[in-house]
Amino acid sequence: MTAYIVRRLLYAIPILIGVNLLTFVLFFVINTPDDIARSQLGDRRVTAAAIDTWKRAHGYQKPLIYNENAQGLGKLTDTVLFNKSVRLFAFDFGRSDSGRDIGYDIGQRMWPSLAIAVPTLIVGILVNITFALLIALFRGTYIDFWGVVLCVILLSVSSLFYIIGGQYLLSKLFHLVPISGYDTGINATKFLILPVIVGVISGVGSGTRWYRTLFLEEIGKDYVRTARAKGLSEHVVLFRHVLRNALIPLLTGIVVVLPLLFMGSLIVESFFGVPGLGSYTIDGIQRQDFAIVRSMVFLGSVLYIIGLLLTDISYTLVDPRVRLR
Amino acid sequence: MLVLFWTDVLIYLLVAMVVVFALYARRREHLRAPWREVGRSGVAMGSLVVLAFYVTIGLLDSIHFRPALQPDEEAGKREYAHEILSVFDWLVTPLRERTEKTYSAPFAANLYTKETVELADGRQRRQFPRLKYGARHLDDPATEKTADIVATGLSAAVKGVAVWGLICVMLIAALARKKQQTFRSVFTRMLSGATAVRWRSMLYTFAVLLVISFAAADLSMEYHILGTDKVGEDVFYQTLKSIRTGLVIGTLTTLVMLPFAMLLGIMAGYFGGWIDDVIQYLYTTLSSIPGVLLIAAAVLILQVYLDNHADRFSSIAERADLRLLFLCLILGVTSWTSLCRYLRGETLKLRDTDYIQAATALGVRQFTILTRHVAPNVMHIVLITVVLDFSALVLAEAVLSYVQIGVDPAMNSWGNMINSARLEMAREPIVWWSLFAAFLFMFSLVLAANLFSDALRDAFDPRLRREK
Repeated sequence: MTAYIVRRLLYAIPILIGVNLLTFVLFFVINTPDDIARSQLGDRRVTAAAIDTWKRAHGYQKPLIYNENAQGLGKLTDTVLFNKSVRLFAFDFGRSDSGRDIGYDIGQRMWPSLAIAVPTLIVGILVNITFALLIALFRGTYIDFWGVVLCVILLSVSSLFYIIGGQYLLSKLFHLVPISGYDTGINATKFLILPVIVGVISGVGSGTRWYRTLFLEEIGKDYVRTARAKGLSEHVVLFRHVLRNALIPLLTGIVVVLPLLFMGSLIVESFFGVPGLGSYTIDGIQRQDFAIVRSMVFLGSVLYIIGLLLTDISYTLVDPRVRLR
Repeated sequence: MLVLFWTDVLIYLLVAMVVVFALYARRREHLRAPWREVGRSGVAMGSLVVLAFYVTIGLLDSIHFRPALQPDEEAGKREYAHEILSVFDWLVTPLRERTEKTYSAPFAANLYTKETVELADGRQRRQFPRLKYGARHLDDPATEKTADIVATGLSAAVKGVAVWGLICVMLIAALARKKQQTFRSVFTRMLSGATAVRWRSMLYTFAVLLVISFAAADLSMEYHILGTDKVGEDVFYQTLKSIRTGLVIGTLTTLVMLPFAMLLGIMAGYFGGWIDDVIQYLYTTLSSIPGVLLIAAAVLILQVYLDNHADRFSSIAERADLRLLFLCLILGVTSWTSLCRYLRGETLKLRDTDYIQAATALGVRQFTILTRHVAPNVMHIVLITVVLDFSALVLAEAVLSYVQIGVDPAMNSWGNMINSARLEMAREPIVWWSLFAAFLFMFSLVLAANLFSDALRDAFDPRLRREK
């Protein structure tokens, strides 16, 4: 088990290097640092001196990949690639183009993201499982049919409309919760209610339908027939046998998103004015701040890889038949 | 003069591919059988009619040209306007050209905002001025409007039903002739829904669509049936134009990723060894970057590129088109990995089947094995993925445009409509019609696509077929 985890972690290194090279090429080869400087300075007729100053101030003055003028190992380390990318491996994000410490900002903005994402995930899963079990209990009846139709209708609506509709109904019409904003500590609760509700509702269609197929797949198996044959009631069959066995695919689907919760949701956060990592990324995009976007891409990939590893480990925990070698 | 955009060319290519595939599948029983099953599903055929309706508008909107100006007598050569139009634009010219000053509600006779108007006796008064085009033909909108709307709508509906009836009769006659049955027997079987292809649900859907579109066409000549936006442009026109954007994103994205995903997926599964390792490394790396972030980064870079090379594009439309194509490309890059993974798994299974073993033993060239034996047998996976991805991509466009990493702001799209309408949510009375229009058209397209793709998946997925 330990050997497996270590090997998987080692395997993550080339992937992260790949991610890093890819983003580096994407960011600095298609558009040279000169182009970036020009668009940051905002004017098409900027002087070469102004571009140089900007590059020097933001650390783009060195050669991109290979520095001929440096000595020894400096040939590779005294470059933009090393300074901007390799340091990410030590989670040293450096400074954003507007001069703020990205690592500090991420540490600060992580919590609002989690405050929205975790309740949304938990409530969402509970709601989805409840609905899916209900539909599975009435399978083959009109409730099943219309339940699935309702799911398809729900998942055909763009999430933007759930957000706009939620804001309009709960905040503007009934004045129950504030439209958007955020506060520290316990005061944040009233700002969190609406995003969580919207997040749950917008996921209910696809979630319920997916869980329903999982349950129905389990219901068709032999052990369920055995359980029925020995006279167990339908409820016991469903809740004790089917639910437990369906947990395996269900859990693995959930575990993989767990680490990504840190990243928050781009759309929800920027709509509700929550200062989380999602809105941080959007701000970075809109200000064309390359340093922020690059750090977030890297962070996202790291978290995703952790998620995959956790999924494999959780397999062994819920299903004793699975052995990791 | 015909103008070809990049996305236009790709759309023509896609249409050609669909036609070729249809002709190919026509003659092969194993490909026809699942389609027949789709044909038996009433819901799927109804959705197909809706989709066909959208596709028609999208295709009409994909033939672009620059209209000829008034010919100059002396020069003798034809001059062309700078503005690029599509056939669809040309068909709905009144809708396109009748712009008001600013917002107006659906079916309104007056503007949304008050203006100072000089009365006949020289005094000035603040009031809601009459619209330039909306309800212009009425003398007293307050009393006449409802009756006029109902009358116009009803007469248009009658026209729609008449056209529908005509089409029904022609269809039944054609079917009766083809199957050598009486008109009456085909009619009764169709009415009871006993036909192999569910004509009944198709025709009912078609009737609804015809009535709605006839009513919309007639009413939009007199009113702005979905209101006007901030600069007075007709919202109905905008939402119709957005159809093309949605369809392009939904279809071209999969088209551009398909060759890579198929080639790499099949190669990884078939050859194994280091080729498999390299390809697996490639798609693991790509898929470990969260999709939205990769799109955000790529679009950000494109923006910088476009800013720095603004002089390379002759028109805004051309620039917007390039950005649309680029968005398709980058969405494709983020979504091909899952298809690649499925294909690899399926090919791994196929590699050990008897017929491939036999082909290898007989010394068939590997390339031939891949194209003749492996590729056709993974096609159902490709088809299911393409169709299932469509609705997700249409929805993604709206979200991406909202965070301004989607299509060009100058391009008509549902995301842009929602984005601009969102800013007016705080107004009183609320400006709801842009949102409503985008919602209505997007919802019906995505719903139809979802229902159709479900039926398609049920018919094509061999695993599901066995369970029945």
